[in-house]
Amino acid sequence: MNNVLFDVPGPKSRMRHRLYAVIGIVVVLALIAFVVYSFYDSGQFTAQKWEWLQYAQVQSDLANAVVATLEAFALGAVFALIFGAVFAAGRLSDHAWVRGISTAIVEFFRAIPLLILMFLFYYGLPTLGFDTSPLFAVVLGLTLYNGSVLAEVFRAGVNSLPKGQAEAAYALGMRKTQVMFTVLLPQAIRAMLPTIISQLVVLLKDTALGFLVTYPELLYYARYIGSQGAFGRPIVPSTIVAAAIYIVMCLLLTALATYLERRNRRSKKHIEPTDRKAEQVMLGNAAGGQAFGGGLGGSS
Amino acid sequence: MDVLLNNLDLFGPFFLTTIELFALAAVGSLVFGTILAMLRVSPVPVFRAIGTAYVTIVRNTPLTLVFAFFVFAYPLLNIVKVSYFTAAVVSLTVYTSAFICEVVRSGINTVPVGQAEAGRALGLNFGQILGQVVLPQALRSVVPPMISTLIALLKNSTIAGGFSVSEAGAIRSYISERGDNQMVALLWVALGFIILVSVLSFVQRSLEKRWSVAR
Repeated sequence: MNNVLFDVPGPKSRMRHRLYAVIGIVVVLALIAFVVYSFYDSGQFTAQKWEWLQYAQVQSDLANAVVATLEAFALGAVFALIFGAVFAAGRLSDHAWVRGISTAIVEFFRAIPLLILMFLFYYGLPTLGFDTSPLFAVVLGLTLYNGSVLAEVFRAGVNSLPKGQAEAAYALGMRKTQVMFTVLLPQAIRAMLPTIISQLVVLLKDTALGFLVTYPELLYYARYIGSQGAFGRPIVPSTIVAAAIYIVMCLLLTALATYLERRNRRSKKHIEPTDRKAEQVMLGNAAGGQAFGGGLGGSS
Repeated sequence: MDVLLNNLDLFGPFFLTTIELFALAAVGSLVFGTILAMLRVSPVPVFRAIGTAYVTIVRNTPLTLVFAFFVFAYPLLNIVKVSYFTAAVVSLTVYTSAFICEVVRSGINTVPVGQAEAGRALGLNFGQILGQVVLPQALRSVVPPMISTLIALLKNSTIAGGFSVSEAGAIRSYISERGDNQMVALLWVALGFIILVSVLSFVQRSLEKRWSVAR
């Protein structure tokens, strides 16, 4: 759509744009150079601060930290998808009381910061006499928060389908459950798949919050290595390494979402969402994948 | 109730800091995010690439990591000393801008092609079309996702509590030092956020009603 906002540049504009481009590149390069120089100047790139990466022990610990991150992600993702499906069904129910309870629960968990949820499960539950572990707190927090967001995504997906789909199914004599599971949900999930995956990217990033409830995941380990005097407290290098690993993992998931979206758009079976709210859910998430914000913070 | 009343001296100022943090980061990321969006639709390919690179990198980095960088690593660089509060505002702004940028950009996509074409027919240049024709309409149409992003920002601000900023996310650790029940305290914090989020949702609904563009 970019070329809608401006004409195809003529020779004069092209020259001007080239000038802007040079200025832009110089400014960005200057910024990067300044940061790199500051790092260099304060001795962040000395061999001593990077040598920890060569130790076999450190490498295997680092791998374990990545596995711990992925473990929290996998458990959180599976439970959140289940939670989302159950409560989306609840919010679409014909019984007012089921709808009421589901709505209250979903709205409740969406309004509370994920970190506060994790604190509740990690520091709060023991005061009631329940034993908890960091992994438990992290996974439960991720499940309740992202599950609530996913419930909204599923619901918006079902609502976005043309009315005729359900009507036709009922006309064929299908029962309510059958209509939902064999007609509506498959189409809804297909339409919302990219949004669902971008929510999973959010979930993956949110595992980093486990750092604050002492779950030994990637960021926790990066901080630990960064505080080791033996390696010269390499906090900058270890943060850089952790960032690189996180970014690669998230990019892989994002790439999957993009691929699915493209395949979706090509497919003739694809149904365009007709519902304004559904569009906003998709927009909010395409735009968001927000931290542990997931878009959709408040009202529905 | 006791936990709240005994510790009002914590809850009051700490929630105020949260709101302050939110307000500063919100203004910062709205401004910076809109600038990023303008970069991403500009006629100069290099500008578009810069905007895209920024958004891609930041969106795929956990906010906690951004915080960790600005709180633990940045001070080692001896550039400008900043307080923990400033570091938190910067982290939240750096992070949220990428999402605001995407919201604004999707808003630009919702503006009908004819609007920009009419602007060009009148001889307006890129800046004028964007600033006077497209952006005003785009911003109105993205009020709901924009406020959702800001709600996310509000909730994200609790992470600052884990990085030495005295705001709502940090109430728990002070309560535990004083020996009060953490569970109850955390539930009060949760309630505080539910109230704050409800206020933003209310603003969202009223703006949506008032600003919806007739098309």
